[in-house]
Amino acid sequence: MEFAPICVYLVISLLLSLILIGVSFLFASSSSLAYPEKLLAYECGFDPLDDAKSRFDTRFYLISILFIIFDLEVTFLFPWAVSLNKIGLFGFWSMIVFLLILTIGFIYEWKKGALDWE
Amino acid sequence: MASMQRRKGPNVVGLFGLLQPLADGFKLMIKEPILPSSANLFIFIMAPVITFMLSLIAWAVIPNQLSTPTFDYGMVLSDLNVGILYLFAISSLGVYGIITAGWSSNSKYAFLGALRSAAQMVSYEVSIGLIIITVLICVGSCNFSEIVIAQKQIWFGIPLFPVFIMFFISCLAETNRAPFDLPEAEAELVAGYNVEYSSMGFALSFSGEYANMILMSLCTLLFLGGWLPILDIPIFQAIPGSIWFSIKVLFFLFVYIWVRAAFPRYRYDQLMRLGWKVFLPLSLARVVSVSGVLVAFDWLP
Repeated sequence: MEFAPICVYLVISLLLSLILIGVSFLFASSSSLAYPEKLLAYECGFDPLDDAKSRFDTRFYLISILFIIFDLEVTFLFPWAVSLNKIGLFGFWSMIVFLLILTIGFIYEWKKGALDWE
Repeated sequence: MASMQRRKGPNVVGLFGLLQPLADGFKLMIKEPILPSSANLFIFIMAPVITFMLSLIAWAVIPNQLSTPTFDYGMVLSDLNVGILYLFAISSLGVYGIITAGWSSNSKYAFLGALRSAAQMVSYEVSIGLIIITVLICVGSCNFSEIVIAQKQIWFGIPLFPVFIMFFISCLAETNRAPFDLPEAEAELVAGYNVEYSSMGFALSFSGEYANMILMSLCTLLFLGGWLPILDIPIFQAIPGSIWFSIKVLFFLFVYIWVRAAFPRYRYDQLMRLGWKVFLPLSLARVVSVSGVLVAFDWLP
């Protein structure tokens, strides 16, 4: 229904981006064929030491998990915020209970130090 | 920005250097695209495409002006009833673009920069979501035109002024800009997730970032009223709505650049601390307080 213009727009913007990339390939002068060193990964001038896909700091994983939890909380808050006048006082307090449970979880993680360093 | 730093900005190309961005774009277009040998080619090419595409399609739901002065609907590409949810989803998808760009470059530095940038975006995403909820409580629906119309009596930025400031700062952090651009500044110094990109990939990623920045300025319209003039005086209503819209967007872009020139950079752990320990509790508290006030006094729309 109303999503139709968005689909059209999506296709148009995809085409635009692909055309822009294609244009730069058109102008390529392929001097990278002459110098294969040009294609190596950047590491301040040295040869790459390690494969990039091996090590991973777990703090980033923790941040993503926390983000999922809070993002789901926001997702639950969306319909509640929109229909607040129809669900009255009971609806308000039930959501407050939900937020309270999440806040307790948040305080727990704060105390445990999950939010430190990064 | 150059005048804020007391130096002459680019003023060679065109009148007062206004054509400079076009010249930059053109230069980037005729540069050779370098594809690193150990990079995952398809993802490598598609990552800036994704970034750019997402920032373009997010504009589909932003209303510009009243179609006619008597109707209450804005001129918008697609009048989604869940407009704000759509925007929130698009910004969450933006993180994908950055992670794939960093990962597919197969360079430790690019990957680390991408992870840090993505973690920063994700942390402030939560606070942006909570502030959007706060505004939604004051309006009745997720439709963008409704949100702008609900501000006919008073702009949301005035009663919700602290929320407005928090939203603006979270937008700065979300787009990796201004005092929060450590992942990006590393791109200037050593490496960032864009280190392996030349010409068009680079141009697309950065156009995507700037389009995202303008989009966030547009989001700030949630607070300052979309196309509505400042006061309901007939002389202000004679100026068409899209002019007001443009003036407000330009004002926000100006503040963006001003903040970038004025403040020193945040260190990364300070940045994350700010996002999780300061903004999240504050915005959560605002959600509860605003909803409490509205329910108690029965002012809900």
